[in-house]
Amino acid sequence: MPSHYSAYSLFREGLRQQSGWGKAWRSPKPKKHYEVIIIGAGGHGLATAYYLAKNHGVRNVAVIDKGWLGGGNTGRNTTTIRSNYYYPESCALYDLSVQLYENLSRELNYNVMFSQRGVLTLCHSDPEMEMGARFTNAMKLNGVDAELIDVAAVKQRAPILNFQTDARYPIHGAIWQARAGTARHDAVAWGYARAADALGVDIIQQCEVRELILENGACAGVRTAHGDIRANKIGAAVAGHSSVLANLANITLPIHSYALQAFVSEPLKPIMNTVALSPASGTYFSQSDKGGLVIGGGIDRVPSYGQRGNLPAQETVLSGLIEMAPALAKVKLLRHWAGIVDVTPDSSPILGPSGVDGLYLNCGWGTGGFKAIPAGGLLFAHLLATGQHHVISQPFDLNRFAQGRLIDEGAASGIAH
Amino acid sequence: MQQFPCPFCGERDEREFHFLAEAGKERPNTTVSIDDETWARYLYKQRNEKGEVQEIWMHLTCREVFLLKRHSVTMAVSESVSLRQGC
Repeated sequence: MPSHYSAYSLFREGLRQQSGWGKAWRSPKPKKHYEVIIIGAGGHGLATAYYLAKNHGVRNVAVIDKGWLGGGNTGRNTTTIRSNYYYPESCALYDLSVQLYENLSRELNYNVMFSQRGVLTLCHSDPEMEMGARFTNAMKLNGVDAELIDVAAVKQRAPILNFQTDARYPIHGAIWQARAGTARHDAVAWGYARAADALGVDIIQQCEVRELILENGACAGVRTAHGDIRANKIGAAVAGHSSVLANLANITLPIHSYALQAFVSEPLKPIMNTVALSPASGTYFSQSDKGGLVIGGGIDRVPSYGQRGNLPAQETVLSGLIEMAPALAKVKLLRHWAGIVDVTPDSSPILGPSGVDGLYLNCGWGTGGFKAIPAGGLLFAHLLATGQHHVISQPFDLNRFAQGRLIDEGAASGIAH
Repeated sequence: MQQFPCPFCGERDEREFHFLAEAGKERPNTTVSIDDETWARYLYKQRNEKGEVQEIWMHLTCREVFLLKRHSVTMAVSESVSLRQGC
């Protein structure tokens, strides 16, 4: 059994040369049959397993991954958590996630370091301030906290930004979501893994799914590097590789996979206390607790499965950063990487049945999957346990494309994907 | 920067190019009634293959539209084919 983490256990282990910590999770051999198999041990897959066990009492669950848990986009993102979306369906989804994040460290007995330091979406002109007012009002009507703040209030929150009035993109104000923030991304995966494992979930790493077992038109299990594993229901939460997995079940999805790049700078003294996004360039940045600037932007220009950087997007993001905060021009980058994101035509996720009996999909999160992990897991667990949509996941069913009922956040909230 | 081959101009900087769509989609005949699934498949569904892909690209500077065969992991280009009539 893993140890319970507390101030007392820290003190006790300090006296015992840290000898008493148990492993955070087991490494079990896969069984022949489970009630539910989840493919993909990232944040969404692990959270799904946790909520299946905790909320629905479904504990005969395996989460399998071709690599190591949290080794995909969960460990590659810029850790921003926010619910500043436009449409009611999106606000319900992403704010559920923020609410779950607010209590997550306590719930999982694992410090995910959720820091509600707020997110600034900058407005660079008077018309943008008017659109900002519209957006702020939409968020409030949807029950999400939002405030349109003027340039003095932006300066108070992020003095490092470019406040020159003759700047190419002068700052007129910003949309401010105070409850937004950042978290320790690996800890989210590790916390869910540890809590799911404690409830009896088997997490099986280094076990690639090579085929789906299809019988009488239904998905009955997976054929893996470690043999066949069968289950009543299969849930796929494999992000950028969703099309590849769906292809094993002869399904095509409305998804393009792109590389999304991110950057971390050398550690600096504290200069940035919040997260700031400039819609002009799509660049956004925050500062981690270790001092590194965490910098992100839009996706690459061409669909790709190559998990590596690409110069044109890099140039766009970094020139955007220098426009936002010219003082950072000589800061050196420490790391630079890319993850493969699954982008839908409306920049909204897909949650629901796949069209093949027994196979369910959690995908299409694009560049914004990390913030949605708790909600994605909770809603996907509901779907797998009951066979029915939760009211919040219903609008995100795959059937919205044939019905022409898109939730076009790419256009509405101007997110950079 | 990577260089991509335009069938008309030759090797050019990747920023001069625009990815348009996957190759091989046929527009349904909309002069007759078609069902929602057929139309949605044409509008939204993508093969999104990992490996060798065939796509329609445009060289923005000369407006040449062409077929590009490349690898979606390595980005290596195997062929670019002009789509102009008579070529």
